[in-house]
Amino acid sequence: MRVMAQICMVMNLDKCIGCHTCSVTCKQTWTSRSGVEYVWFNNVETRPGQGYPRRYEDQERWRGGWKLTSRGRLVPKAGGRMRRLASIFANPLLPNIRDYYEPWTYDYNDLFDTPAGDDFPVAAPRSLLSGKRMDNITWSANWDDDLGGMPQHQGDDVVLQRIQDKVRTELEQTFMFYLPRICEHCINPSCVASCPSGALYKRVEDGIVLVDQDRCRGWRMCVTGCPYKKMYFNHRTGKAEKCTFCFPRVEVGQPTVCSETCVGRLRYIGVLLYDADRAPEAAATPREQDLYPAQLSLFLDPHDPEVRRAAERAGIPHDWIQAARRSPVYDLIATYGVALPLHPEYRTLPMVWYVPPLSPVVEAITASGHDGEDYQNLFGAIDTLRIPVSYLAELFTAGDPAPVELALRRLAAMRSHRRRINLGEPVDPEIAASVGFGVEKLDSMFRLLALAKYEERYVIPTAAAGDVRNLEETALSGCSLDYEGGPGMGGTETSGPFGEASGRPAPLSVETFHGLRERQTSESAADTSGHRGRINLLNWDGRGLPEGLFPYRSQGGDGPRGGQVDKGEGLGAEPGEISERRKREES
Amino acid sequence: MPSPIDIFLWGAFPYIAVAILVTGLIWRYRYDKFGWTTRSSELYESRLLRWGSPMFHMGLLIVLLGHLLGLFVPQSWTSAIGLSENIYHSLALWLGIAAGVLTYAGIVLLVWRRRTTGPVFLATTVNDKIMYIFLVAALTFGLAATLINAATLHYNYRIDLSPWVRSLFVFQPEVALMARTPIEYRIHAISGLLLFAILPFTRLVHAFAAPVQYLFRPYIVYRARDPQNIGTAALRPGWKRSDV
Repeated sequence: MRVMAQICMVMNLDKCIGCHTCSVTCKQTWTSRSGVEYVWFNNVETRPGQGYPRRYEDQERWRGGWKLTSRGRLVPKAGGRMRRLASIFANPLLPNIRDYYEPWTYDYNDLFDTPAGDDFPVAAPRSLLSGKRMDNITWSANWDDDLGGMPQHQGDDVVLQRIQDKVRTELEQTFMFYLPRICEHCINPSCVASCPSGALYKRVEDGIVLVDQDRCRGWRMCVTGCPYKKMYFNHRTGKAEKCTFCFPRVEVGQPTVCSETCVGRLRYIGVLLYDADRAPEAAATPREQDLYPAQLSLFLDPHDPEVRRAAERAGIPHDWIQAARRSPVYDLIATYGVALPLHPEYRTLPMVWYVPPLSPVVEAITASGHDGEDYQNLFGAIDTLRIPVSYLAELFTAGDPAPVELALRRLAAMRSHRRRINLGEPVDPEIAASVGFGVEKLDSMFRLLALAKYEERYVIPTAAAGDVRNLEETALSGCSLDYEGGPGMGGTETSGPFGEASGRPAPLSVETFHGLRERQTSESAADTSGHRGRINLLNWDGRGLPEGLFPYRSQGGDGPRGGQVDKGEGLGAEPGEISERRKREES
Repeated sequence: MPSPIDIFLWGAFPYIAVAILVTGLIWRYRYDKFGWTTRSSELYESRLLRWGSPMFHMGLLIVLLGHLLGLFVPQSWTSAIGLSENIYHSLALWLGIAAGVLTYAGIVLLVWRRRTTGPVFLATTVNDKIMYIFLVAALTFGLAATLINAATLHYNYRIDLSPWVRSLFVFQPEVALMARTPIEYRIHAISGLLLFAILPFTRLVHAFAAPVQYLFRPYIVYRARDPQNIGTAALRPGWKRSDV
């Protein structure tokens, strides 16, 4: 037994309202730079829906994850080492930018510059890739939000396609829920396995999967390897980037940005101890439906003194073992068994798990005129409403409905049980017993799912105490601007002598800091010269004319329009010109 | 008696070019590991790249192999295994032409794609454009020399050009040998050496990151947090040794 510790996350899908706050705050923190305009480390998908990038779950097309060979060996589904190297010059399994979406901004200045007329001026979309005007925006990271585009796109949902034959007739009974997705920080990560340079690695201390930016050579194989398509190619630096589990925050005991800002408080972060020796064997479980129980069996009970001793022998710090004992994630996954992995059939042993949503079931019952809070009604509905259960089973258990049903039944039992208490009715121990729990256990599950405070939802041990002073975001000491070149370097707006993106990158926090400061204080947009016509929409507030965003002015000899600063208070008019204009119109 | 220009071109310039190549690579590895990448544009456009890139790269690998064989396997060795000069020559020429045409068609397709695909052209730096001039020049002169050889002279480069290259490695450059080779070979040699010299400073460095080690490592890579470098705070200055 080799005990390893991993920081992981559970999301309670019943609570997700699809507000995208997690996505936006994540983007502001990590990907509000040029080159990653199209990248969302965290995105929220409406289900049913195609997802982002479009139809990423279609592994017959993209061949992400692992497959079992006929001899029972585990190899990347896209092919082993030789196959990967053979397709290094052109990789047919790499999604095109249009499978994500073409990033764009708007000609906001047209709103100011257009002379007065009968029509309202519009801000036309402009591609951030080619700088050209786009006729129409036809796709984005959440274009099919709230079932937008249904039923036109309904047939494109990969999961729905798989279950369609069984329950085609019941499709009119539309149900939907939201699925927030980050990198899964898998135990058996196929992105790491696909990286020819060895730049991708799983951190021993906390299991976070990271890209070494100094080692990445831009071979793009990780994008193919990841079945969740949570590896992204920064098209400006030519390097892979991914969700970092906000490691600078987690290292000092703070939750990730997506968790911190989650409005529904649906995310839980904690430590899991697992047996790394048995991981390859679990990932190679022959039957796909057995992968969920196989992964579950890897997780070690932190309350077991034997496990704690083994963990200490393996060098896991004491406060990590203590954190594992209080881990909300372990409780949801193992103690209550209500959290399930996303697409275990990819054989990567993902470590971001989900509590399946009961609300589509409750809504369906209530809509049919029955009591949606009664556990017997709910149990019956879970059995008869085949669409939600088989759909959820395709997402979370490779199609096996039993674990999904059990999780939903436990959630339903919790609902009925708590309603009786709220209404002052006597507690019915039969409810808890019907899902194999005692009343106390059902209550503690309710506390964790409904009441848990910040410090109960996020039980994050810090990196080794002796290292705390060296951590990036700490307030104790060490300024995060203390890097080569020092403060005031202005992010990475200048490139080294070898063209775009060469030279030392500034730390991301520094780049974001400068970008924000510039946006808030300067008259002009962030200086993007040298980025060859790419501009970061999020750092641009409509003031000024960044180069490359607008076409060159055809008339007038004042040269290119780009890069010039509009001094007229952003209104595109000289001081006094507007009153002049008005006078002219009046006369 | 070779002229001073010949002495410079064939006695000094090769060493200068290789010295720039080697020191440039070392310097860039220490200074600019972050910029050491293919800077692939496959994300923008893959229809043309799917043909052009493998044609160019595979062709170039064959061309490279051909150069190694032609320059470093002496004529006496091939004669010893019973391969006559005539057969060797036509074999080398036809293979060389095939590989050269493949490479050349690939680079033409890639440059055309780069120019005509909006996002790819926007991502092209001045550095890239200069690099393309040197790269295409070396390829053009090389292919031209091979074609001229095939069409007219039946010139045997293994009696003077190859011994000159080998003489460079023992630091006894036989300048006179190279000075008497046909002009197109000399131009090709110069353009090739120039390409060597600029190589570390362009995106072509990615050739030196060819991931052969991938074949010999386990699939999953584990790494411990660097106690010297937690977070991204303490960046090592470029002149310090890295332990990656």
